[in-house]
Amino acid sequence: MASLKDLRNRINSVKSTQKITRAMQMVAASKLRRAQEAVEAGRPYAQRMETVLASLAGSLLDQPGAPGLLVGNGKDDVHLIVVATAERGLCGAFNSSIVRAAIQKIELLKRQGKTVKILTVGRKGAIQLRRNYGNLIVDSFEFPGLRQVGFAQALPVAERILAMFEAGEFDVCSLFYNRFQSVISQIVTEIQLIPAQIPELPAGSLNEGLGLAVYEFEPDEETILRELLPRNLTVQVLRALLENAASEQGARMSAMDNATRNAGDLINGLTLTYNRTRQAVITTELIEIISGAEAL
Amino acid sequence: MADTLSFELVSPDRLLMSADVEAVMVPGTEGDMTVMAGHMPLISTLRPAVVDVYATWGGAPSTRIFVRGGFVDVTGDRVTLLAEQATDLAELDRAALAQQVRNAAEDVSLAKTDQERARAQALHDSLNELLSAVE
Repeated sequence: MASLKDLRNRINSVKSTQKITRAMQMVAASKLRRAQEAVEAGRPYAQRMETVLASLAGSLLDQPGAPGLLVGNGKDDVHLIVVATAERGLCGAFNSSIVRAAIQKIELLKRQGKTVKILTVGRKGAIQLRRNYGNLIVDSFEFPGLRQVGFAQALPVAERILAMFEAGEFDVCSLFYNRFQSVISQIVTEIQLIPAQIPELPAGSLNEGLGLAVYEFEPDEETILRELLPRNLTVQVLRALLENAASEQGARMSAMDNATRNAGDLINGLTLTYNRTRQAVITTELIEIISGAEAL
Repeated sequence: MADTLSFELVSPDRLLMSADVEAVMVPGTEGDMTVMAGHMPLISTLRPAVVDVYATWGGAPSTRIFVRGGFVDVTGDRVTLLAEQATDLAELDRAALAQQVRNAAEDVSLAKTDQERARAQALHDSLNELLSAVE
């Protein structure tokens, strides 16, 4: 049986833990709002890019000289898996769910006899993957102490992927990240970066009815497409990073909310035990005094 | 000419500008062009230079924006400019810019690999261009 003093110490320590988790929850909530705004702000660019790309790519897809970024290099042997995770932990299953999905994919590819290479973005994913797949990791990007992820972070990642593709180091590239659905739900998503997945032109878009033929291109279509595809890759990476940032804060918020509530339950239980023990001690003392008096 | 274009300037981070204007002077890779309402549908890449936006045609441009890396999409009465980087000239601090140019020049001399040097050089050149646009 724990002594009264032990219980008191225990209650105090749980209380201070609860204070920390509550503070973290509130910090995550405010960061989440900013991250969400960043995701929203990045949308117009990505959408325009998609529209233009979709209208351009349609005409070039079947031609022999189509850019490799669009149609791939015709092989499917070496896969590059880009795993985007958070820099920090304490955000529930956020990091491990991404890593788990990536590992599933890696194992699947291995069974099919493909070669797998891994590129990690974010410290947590690198740490988790290094344990079992350390020899497959070709590069890792980390942004310690970064407040707001932005274009400046997406660019080096995209450039590295491009450089590797041009050097023929892989054939297919896919990216894993958490799509932000809501505060309590983040969905692990895989997108294929190379060959590029060209979205269908949304019905009723501005370009509909105009058709491609009336477009004038300066310089020619192919040059523009060559210019556009690397940029599209950067935008895709950026979007994944932004969504990831928002998801991370959402996951942390709900994880810390749970932790705060658990700490509260723990405190209640401990306080009850503490009071019972205290009363038991008082009763014992009283019995001792009374029986002492009666003995006289 | 009173017809207006809806002009949008978008960078990867945010929507920078959205307004109805009469004309936009766009620095395409193959030459500058002024886009007005009813322009032929066009897609063009951009060179790093200044975009002049005319809220009303004639006279001085209402907004001047320096853009780097991107392309423009013109469809009838709509101009969408996707730029990797965009800076409003009115918000630009000349002294800070001059300092940036010096920093970039330093980066060029300090670069260790060819790739680094090429990137630093490109940054330096575009900053220089920007500086000369301001002056």
